[in-house]
Amino acid sequence: MALIEVKNLSVTIKQKKILEDINFAVEDGEVTVLVGPSGSGKTTLLRTLNLLQQPAAGTIQIGQSTVDGRKLNKKSTRALRAESTMVFQQFNLFKNMTVIENVMAPLLLNKLAKWDEAHAVAEERLREVGLLEFADKYPSSLSGGQQQRVSIARAIAVKPAVVLLDEPTSALDPELVGSVLKTILELAKQHITMVIVTHEMDFARQIGNQIIFLEKGQIVHKGTPDEILSDQGPERVHNFLNSVSAAY
Amino acid sequence: MNFDWKYFINAFPALAKYIPVTLLLAVLAMVLAIILGGLITLLQFSRYRPLRWFAAVYVSFFRGMPALVQLFLIYYGLPQLFPIFKGLPALIATVIGLGFKQSAYLSEVFRAAVNSVDKGQVEAGWALHITSFKIFRYVVLPQAFINALPATGNTFVGLLKETSLAFTLGITEIFAEGKMLAGDSFKYFETYLAVGLTYWALIIIYSWAQSGVERLLTRPYR
Repeated sequence: MALIEVKNLSVTIKQKKILEDINFAVEDGEVTVLVGPSGSGKTTLLRTLNLLQQPAAGTIQIGQSTVDGRKLNKKSTRALRAESTMVFQQFNLFKNMTVIENVMAPLLLNKLAKWDEAHAVAEERLREVGLLEFADKYPSSLSGGQQQRVSIARAIAVKPAVVLLDEPTSALDPELVGSVLKTILELAKQHITMVIVTHEMDFARQIGNQIIFLEKGQIVHKGTPDEILSDQGPERVHNFLNSVSAAY
Repeated sequence: MNFDWKYFINAFPALAKYIPVTLLLAVLAMVLAIILGGLITLLQFSRYRPLRWFAAVYVSFFRGMPALVQLFLIYYGLPQLFPIFKGLPALIATVIGLGFKQSAYLSEVFRAAVNSVDKGQVEAGWALHITSFKIFRYVVLPQAFINALPATGNTFVGLLKETSLAFTLGITEIFAEGKMLAGDSFKYFETYLAVGLTYWALIIIYSWAQSGVERLLTRPYR
């Protein structure tokens, strides 16, 4: 059984169909990358996986939890959210907490660990992303790249079944992108299951086990990076890649 | 120009004796306003429409009337309808009147402070599986508190001056003492100038203290 299984998912926002009949699966330990032109619904799809966006229909199964888009309730919403954590484009670190308090927060507020244990875990995670020396600083004193690495540490602290990353480098200055991508590659090496929305095509090729190409709210192509993103890939994707690289 | 400097200087210590009364009125009314304002803010965010309506009417009512009218309504009006209010001390009536009025303003301040916390903070909490209540308690509230500080301080400054209305209910505070001094001496200008400067001095000291506290508390955010 796949770790994530999405079936016939559709999302409607203000009577407008944003996603239609989305079907895909993600295997445990693999990385899925969502690509496509802006407005294609990538971010909406990612946000639907933890129900920050409510689906209109379809089912989402992650690990042991399954929700039906037509029958959402508080309990099933919380159960599905327990399976994943998210890394946001704008980092969204808790501004009133220090770096280490940010990483400890999901552990403590979900009562997953006592303070000592949470502190130890947080230190370990911060060491992994190379920011332990900033433990007692507040997020506002860190660069964007550092904040994003803290938010990655926070996302993996609770050992979720899957980490969702929404354009994790889009808000960063170019020179800060590399360190964040490197951190995400490290997670992939540890076989942490991830679903990533990104515009970094080289990164997508490098990290993805599965590439999903969306356009106008539908999955147009999916497959391995070689099948989708190589020169022999589908023409539509090829044109998209050319337009992306032309922009630089 | 016959400005009596000696009288003017001597007025200050006489007025200063009533600073504690003024401060007591202002602080008690502020405590009441913060508690009530916080409750009204909660109602404003309620999912039940009647509660939101109640909050809206409350705010509109207490903002839409002169404070003096409210004080008279409470102190002279209420005992007529409800005999239980007959022995209501003027000090309590003032605290209630000013407290209710300022709570209407404060609830708007608090609401804006909560709304100005970035929505991403709440989403991050949800995405980390934290309950809405805990997100509010540990993430939104501390940030809203900082957001609300400057405007809450302004409210207190307003309140401090409004306590001068208490003289109409027979409380002797700074202004009432000034009125008596002026009545005795007929030196109106000197007296009321001293009264005004006394309030000004209190507010300068308060503002200085508040900006110090703000600097301290907002340090993490800069």
